Amino acid sequence: MSQLSIHNLRVSIADQEIIRGLSLDVPKGEIHAIMGPNGSGKSTLAKVLAGHPDYKVTTGQVLMDGENVLELAPDERARKGLFLAFQYPSEIPGVSIANFLRAAVQARLPEGEELEATDYYAKLYEKMDLLEMDRSFTSRSVNEGFSGGEKKRNEILQLAMLEPKYAVLDETDSGLDIDALKVVANGVNSLRSPNLGVLLITHYQRLLDYIIPDHVHVMVQGRIVRSGGKELALELEEKGYESYETVKDEVGEPALA
Amino acid sequence: MELESPQEQSEPAILSGPSDARTADLPGWFHEQQRAAWAKFETLPYPNRKDQPWRFSSVNALDLSSYKQGGSLKQTERDEILERSTGLDAVAGRLIFADDQLLRRDPLPEALLKRGLLLMPLERALLEHEELFRRHFMAQPATLGSAKFAALHEAFAKSGTFLYVPRGVEVELPIEIFHWLHGENAAVFPHTLLIADDLSKVTVIENFRSAHRDRGGFACGVNDLVVGQGAKVNYICAQTWNDKVLSIQINATTVARDASGLSLNVHLGGAYSRFESLSRLTGEGARSDLLAVCVADGSQEFDARTLQDHISPHTTSDLLYKNALTDRARNTFGGLIRVEPHAHFTDAYQTVRNLLLSDDAEANSMPGLEILADNVKCSHGATSGQIDEDEMFYLLSRGIPMSVAKQLLVSGFLNEVVDRLDHSAINALVHQLIEAKFARR
Repeated sequence: MSQLSIHNLRVSIADQEIIRGLSLDVPKGEIHAIMGPNGSGKSTLAKVLAGHPDYKVTTGQVLMDGENVLELAPDERARKGLFLAFQYPSEIPGVSIANFLRAAVQARLPEGEELEATDYYAKLYEKMDLLEMDRSFTSRSVNEGFSGGEKKRNEILQLAMLEPKYAVLDETDSGLDIDALKVVANGVNSLRSPNLGVLLITHYQRLLDYIIPDHVHVMVQGRIVRSGGKELALELEEKGYESYETVKDEVGEPALA
Repeated sequence: MELESPQEQSEPAILSGPSDARTADLPGWFHEQQRAAWAKFETLPYPNRKDQPWRFSSVNALDLSSYKQGGSLKQTERDEILERSTGLDAVAGRLIFADDQLLRRDPLPEALLKRGLLLMPLERALLEHEELFRRHFMAQPATLGSAKFAALHEAFAKSGTFLYVPRGVEVELPIEIFHWLHGENAAVFPHTLLIADDLSKVTVIENFRSAHRDRGGFACGVNDLVVGQGAKVNYICAQTWNDKVLSIQINATTVARDASGLSLNVHLGGAYSRFESLSRLTGEGARSDLLAVCVADGSQEFDARTLQDHISPHTTSDLLYKNALTDRARNTFGGLIRVEPHAHFTDAYQTVRNLLLSDDAEANSMPGLEILADNVKCSHGATSGQIDEDEMFYLLSRGIPMSVAKQLLVSGFLNEVVDRLDHSAINALVHQLIEAKFARR
């Protein structure tokens, strides 16, 4: 099955349950947006999918094209085609973007095969042009001293270079002004293809003006409480999440089968 | 009487003292000097851990009884070492030594010869340039703990590099020097005497390497770097001895008015490797950059001692030492910034960072300040930490395997130091050496 399938996922950190029985399917070729108020567990979901060690999955499954990714180490998941664009990407002092990405691309090659430097740079420059990134970025340390917009562009650059099967974009619009937002959205749109499924996590509707989702899900208190088409985003923008706050108490209880 | 080939002959132990035969062709005053140095070596006590300059140091490693004076090399051995003496692609001059014997000297370009640049083995310099030699050779006493080893060096030194850059001469390409340890338990006493006259400029890189992976050896080296007014000297030490070698390196740099001296000490090899760096800022506007990188694994021990000595006002020094340690490796740093009376308006900085990659690695840092003047800007700090978990997760999330991610993060940590030297070819060489050390694991 060509989809990223999350089934009845429950996640805790320090004995507090943050994701409470979440189920969601993202088929390849589609863009699904998850929207929700602060504290609904959106970012936790993103980190859990990538395999962050701080979170404990108590039950549930995450299948990528039928394979259980929860059994894989974070780097294995990534090599199998899962990508997370971080809300707050780490700064890696002293490691240039060129070296960092080369290591990531090299890791995807079969054992014993060396990355061809000219091919690599040709592709890197092509993707940087797409994201309107100056080529001098390649020699800069990863994210160090980058503006918010530069960091997010760098995330999308990695997405473009690593060509995953499924990408989770965590609040990719945060910290972006309108110009930067358009550049990032253009980058994502250019990567839309039948071979990529995207899970777009956002707090605001404005990103969805530029990246039109196929489906929108509302996440509250660690669960999907409503799913719909792209028009759901507009409704949320208008009415806010308040109508779901009442649902909050209900979902606070153990989910009914 | 049985005949033995030279290789099988047992060479004299260094602790039996220098034999006159070794230096028979050298002038009498030099003999005298060596004899006096040997007497001094015998008088001075061995280091004791209770002495502050040797605190935290494994002084038991300093047993010299098994080390011998280097013997002669077979032609095939010479050829092999020459072939392996690869470093930079483009250099202005090159000297290659093995077991303190000069194997090869690449001629200097005609243009530099004409301008009076001198690059020659030490034993020739003390004949041909006696006055310069005597004025600067070991002119700075070793005050950072290794006076005994400086005396031993002086007693045995006959091999090494003499480099004189005349006033106003800028040597664009680096001068490259190789010192190889070859014989079993051989002792070498590499010396570099660099005199950069006023307004000159030069970059020197010294490579310290072992010809064999499994042979012990002892290196006891001294550098005298004399930076004249307005001159600029970059000195790089790339030490990759095998992990059985005992290494002691004593560096003394004197920086005159408006001059700049930068040293980058890259220490990757040795069982025990100590390097002492004295930097004296003797003229207004002088600047000294002291940089060092150590990567320690297994049971390796590195021990760095420094003194940034501000003698004149309006001088600047900046020390940045970074160490990455894993397994049971140890690192010690003891450093002092001293601002002498009258050396007002001094800027002096001292930063030591240790990256601990295992629970059993140990780093001890003892930064220090001694300020006897007013109006100074000084800071010092030493920290030890582990790999940042968020940074690690970020790399893993890109599919980079843990071992590669670790290497990238460690290189990144060290790059801040290496990149302070603005020289792409040497930076690339240093990165390559660091990577090779990781690849070995």
